[in-house]
Amino acid sequence: MWVRSTMAYRTSFVMMTAGNFLGSGLDFAGILIMFSHIEVLGGFSLAEVAFLYGATSVSFGLADLLLGNMDRVGRRVRDGTMDTLLVRPVPVLAQVAADRFALRRLGRVTQGTLVLVWSLSRLDIAWTPVRLLLVPVMLVSGAAIYGAVFVAGAAFQFWANDASEVQNAFTYGGATLLQYPPTVFATELVRGVTFVVPLAFVNWLPAQRVLGRDDPLGLPGWLDFASPLVALACWVPAALAWRAGLRGYRSTGS
Amino acid sequence: MRLYAAVAVSGFRRHATYRVATAAGVFTNTVFGFIVAYTFVALWAERPHLGGYDRTQALTFVWVTQALLAAASLLGGGFQEELQERIRSGDIVVDLYRPADLQLWWLAAELGRAAFQLLGRGVVPLAVGALAFELALPADPLLWLVFLLSVLLGIVVGFGLRYLVALCAFWLLDGAGVNTLSGLLCIFFSGILLPLNVFPGALGEVVRVLPWATMLQVPADVLLGRHHGAGLAAALAFQAAWAVVLLGAGRAVQAVATRKVVVQGG
Repeated sequence: MWVRSTMAYRTSFVMMTAGNFLGSGLDFAGILIMFSHIEVLGGFSLAEVAFLYGATSVSFGLADLLLGNMDRVGRRVRDGTMDTLLVRPVPVLAQVAADRFALRRLGRVTQGTLVLVWSLSRLDIAWTPVRLLLVPVMLVSGAAIYGAVFVAGAAFQFWANDASEVQNAFTYGGATLLQYPPTVFATELVRGVTFVVPLAFVNWLPAQRVLGRDDPLGLPGWLDFASPLVALACWVPAALAWRAGLRGYRSTGS
Repeated sequence: MRLYAAVAVSGFRRHATYRVATAAGVFTNTVFGFIVAYTFVALWAERPHLGGYDRTQALTFVWVTQALLAAASLLGGGFQEELQERIRSGDIVVDLYRPADLQLWWLAAELGRAAFQLLGRGVVPLAVGALAFELALPADPLLWLVFLLSVLLGIVVGFGLRYLVALCAFWLLDGAGVNTLSGLLCIFFSGILLPLNVFPGALGEVVRVLPWATMLQVPADVLLGRHHGAGLAAALAFQAAWAVVLLGAGRAVQAVATRKVVVQGG
């Protein structure tokens, strides 16, 4: 329904999809401009950075396509329209996800895929079955980790109902962070996104295995394959928080 | 004049009510500041003096960006969606009947909002940045005053641009598409992505004379003390010229648009 409604203003829809495609590509344009001045950034070449960039873009794009509307929860709590969702015989999470479902967000997935494919064509990777399998596993688990962050952020808004921006720090901020090699950042920051908000499992750890790079934290090698487990571990507290938020929800009004 | 001052004050107050949202914004700006700052450190380690900035100046640029992000609506979040919604719903007719000028009314509200955002979301990220990194902030209070003037001019230019974008709703009804494109131009050409001095060759020459350059690049360079004497006057005149041109264009488009308004309704 939301797909059809956005199609009603066709010029606007075309502009938005194109905008979404170009917009998510702007960061990459920035990286290209950087690499017009340098050969390596944090010890990584352009093709390697593009691999990291493509991987996080696809994961984030998929999560954003499915759950990107979770930040509307705050507004719904504020204006009381959350109630409408509660009385319908469909899981609330599914309804929130479908609320204003925006097909234009395919733009980011497409753009990320293009960069990823380009980087794979430029990289000289010694492909083994393990490495080959790690790429799709990385993309899917990454999307799941971002998805859990979206849901946790939405749950947080049941309490702080106009703080949807905090979520952006983790979602968009995380996506920006993971575009660059971990060697660029201070070790405390890398530790933070490995152990506190485990975004490093979206692409940094598996990508280092694929690219044959050493991990700056010197973590055990099997962690490179832990992304699906981490994704699962993220969804448990996120789902619990969502349920707690929904249960604790009191409608607005006097 | 009193009327517009009152509108500006109410714009300030309106945004000051959202305390949690402001705190959330400060948090996000600070997180992004750190991420971009580290990438700039890596970039400037490879190429010291890239774009004529040394490392401290480049880091100052990062944190000034985060401080101005909300005030100059560099990533959107300004008034245009609200104005477009009024155009789409037909409420604009009420506004046009008011004994106030439409453009000045919105400009006043926007300046009030920007003033709040500069205080609410600008000061803290810049202070955190200054604590965490070595920044090249000037000690001369006069230079800070000129910086604020430059910020003000940049905000007026930004308003002028987005007012034109908002008026597109008279023809398109749904403004989301033009807003997206206008946001992209702003991200690419204002210098949030990378300082415009770093853009290579002819592209760099072009982006530095476009109106978006007045929103971030010029104020940041003023604060970094890169303009002196006549150069400083020229930089401010460049901003003022774009402000006059864009406000004038907004006025002309508004005249055409209001002539074609057909009130929707039964």
